[in-house]
Amino acid sequence: MHFHSFMIKYAEIGIKGKNRYLFEDALVRQIRRALKLVEGDFRVVKEDGRIYVAADSDYDYDETVDALRHVFGIAGICPMVQIDDLGFDDLRSQVIRYMDDMYPDKHITFKVQSRRARKNYPLDSNGINAQIGEAVLEAFPQIRVDVHHPDVLLCIEIRQRINIYSEVIPGPGGMPVGTNGKAMLLLSGGIDSPVAGYMIAKRGVVIDAVYFHAPPYTSDRAKQKVVDLARLVSRYAGPINLHVVNFTDIQMAIYEHCPHDELTIIMRRYMMRIAQQLAEANGAAALITGESIGQVASQTMKSLAATNEVCTMPVFRPLIGFDKQEIVEIAKKIGTYETSILPYEDCCTIFVAKHPVTKPNLNAIKRSEYKLNGIIEELYQKAVETEETIWIETEEQSL
Amino acid sequence: MEAYLDNSATTQAFPSVCDTVVKVMSRDYGNPSALHRKGMEAEAYVRAARETIAASLRVSEKEIYFTSGGTESNNMAIIGAAMANRRAGSHIITTTIEHASVSNTMKFLEEQGFTVTYVPVDQYGVIDLEALEKAITRETILVSVMYVNNEIGSVQPVEAISQVIRRKKPDILFHADAIQAYGKFLIRPRRQGIDMLSASGHKIHGPKGVGFLYVKDRVKIRPVIFGGGQQQGLRSGTENVPGAAGMAEAAREIYKDHEMKIDYMYRMKERFTEGILELEGTKINGPLLREGAPHIVSVSFAGIRSEVLLHALEEQGIYVSAGSACSSHHPMPSATLKGIGVQKEYLESTLRFSFGAFTKMEEIEYTLETLKRLLPVLRRFRRG
Repeated sequence: MHFHSFMIKYAEIGIKGKNRYLFEDALVRQIRRALKLVEGDFRVVKEDGRIYVAADSDYDYDETVDALRHVFGIAGICPMVQIDDLGFDDLRSQVIRYMDDMYPDKHITFKVQSRRARKNYPLDSNGINAQIGEAVLEAFPQIRVDVHHPDVLLCIEIRQRINIYSEVIPGPGGMPVGTNGKAMLLLSGGIDSPVAGYMIAKRGVVIDAVYFHAPPYTSDRAKQKVVDLARLVSRYAGPINLHVVNFTDIQMAIYEHCPHDELTIIMRRYMMRIAQQLAEANGAAALITGESIGQVASQTMKSLAATNEVCTMPVFRPLIGFDKQEIVEIAKKIGTYETSILPYEDCCTIFVAKHPVTKPNLNAIKRSEYKLNGIIEELYQKAVETEETIWIETEEQSL
Repeated sequence: MEAYLDNSATTQAFPSVCDTVVKVMSRDYGNPSALHRKGMEAEAYVRAARETIAASLRVSEKEIYFTSGGTESNNMAIIGAAMANRRAGSHIITTTIEHASVSNTMKFLEEQGFTVTYVPVDQYGVIDLEALEKAITRETILVSVMYVNNEIGSVQPVEAISQVIRRKKPDILFHADAIQAYGKFLIRPRRQGIDMLSASGHKIHGPKGVGFLYVKDRVKIRPVIFGGGQQQGLRSGTENVPGAAGMAEAAREIYKDHEMKIDYMYRMKERFTEGILELEGTKINGPLLREGAPHIVSVSFAGIRSEVLLHALEEQGIYVSAGSACSSHHPMPSATLKGIGVQKEYLESTLRFSFGAFTKMEEIEYTLETLKRLLPVLRRFRRG
């Protein structure tokens, strides 16, 4: 069956009251952005409180649906047959042909649900339901009606033209990116942080990211891996500004002056400080991390508290209650897992003590950091100033 | 200053190789199988390339087959010989320190029902000839041994291996993976009793994506690639004309004043090993100086992870490799280093320095100075 258009269903936007148009406009923008990556000409239109995507040229169905499944705010994608109104007899035969093509196996139950947006149509919706239902039953003796739990909900919408659809492909849900401000993601090369970025972007948040690079302890391949991960997240989240901060000197200073079992905590406190400063400079109002309670020594509750203590901004930790396996499943679903498991060191795994503290004492940590006074300020300044920003966007692959 | 010391991974092409490749691709681009003049011209390049390669081994040009590189040559030789001799037996012998293009091919053949014996090597990476002799059975059809090891530069006694084979069971085929040896040694397959020999273009300052396999006249192997029947049906597919011509040009260049070039490499190796051993906490793996290949030195640095040192050297413009570059996608302890008994704490602290025709003594000195400076700094920051 060849579909010329799709109806886009959205869930949460529906309840946004007077701001509704802002969300709808953002969703239209995001759909257009996603479809730029698809070969073909598409029109995205907002009409009667619905969003339609219509193809004006040949296009690849799977590629198009895949692109739409990356747009937050979409609850469902309905491939749709659109016909001109040539009278009810024509509609009836078109619906029968539609059912025949869509469901080769006729051992199904169905129900007709029609909407008459154009009130001058000769039949009302009950009339349409009854007459179309009867026609389908007559045409296909194996098909049965089930008004409570039908296998197929056959939707017919009478507008200027007539829409026929019955399939709803689930979208990613959430809210359109750009409707809920901006946050700074601490992106490592691991499995968790890309997933955390995905989850916050899903709530309509624009993402900036910061990566801490520690040459020669981390290689350019590790950095490339982070760029690749950011690009994968950007398929959902839209363009991402990736800030690459050279962290080696700070790490070395901590290593030389602080107790080794506190290295990770102190290092993470400096990462948060820098991330927060970059967030402020770039208009982001919160930080995002991929932490989950108890996953590693630096993510025990006490460690999280010690790290959190340097932040004045809210820190979003969307994975906080997730098991590793649950995170892995999302990573696989959104396509970051394969890249995340490439074996390059990130800077968190380099200077790890054999037995890092799991219950850090904040006062002790502060005393240790005190030893960095007079040394760290200049290194910190330099790290922030030499930050390299990479603009990451999923590009159109056209040859 | 820049020092490219990763010539066992790949090399910079000779300028004359680049000229040849450009000329073939832009001017003489015909398909060698075409009947018209353009085809004839291209065929002439392939023929000339085959003659040059054959001359470098003192064999007949009919015995040279062009491939897509060392990996394909090894696959073609081993699988081709195994399939052709299935009825004679199903036992193959190789060593524990082979390149993945041999060892993974062996794994494939094991899945196909062949039995493979992996003969051990000594601490210098040289095959145990007695073990080899004992491994040979009535079922044995093929022995495959790498001429020069890519990680530590050990050189196998190919003639002695061949003699062992001929003494015990003359009809066994002997394949030598000479990818790291071709261009470094004068190889004479007939005199050395080698039946098949693999080599690669880009290890000798030629193009990537081209190599060759020598198959001795009257040795029958089955093709592994099927198609239009080019190269006597043994390796179908339009010949890589620029690649073959470029590789032949590289072979001509590398074997010009060969002795002098190799001697210079040995002198660099000598200076380098001497300088390395003056540094604290270093250890050289594999063969003694002149017993190994002229271009490979494997060094372990106590207490420093190879990846860290590699990137620290990279920052100073020095390019080297951790273990073997081809296997660095899967960081795991190298089979070769384990095979020669390198201790566990050194396995992850080993770098390979490899020289080429463009390497200069100044780069060796620069590398030694840089190491002297870096090692104490890096040792201050250890894990754990």
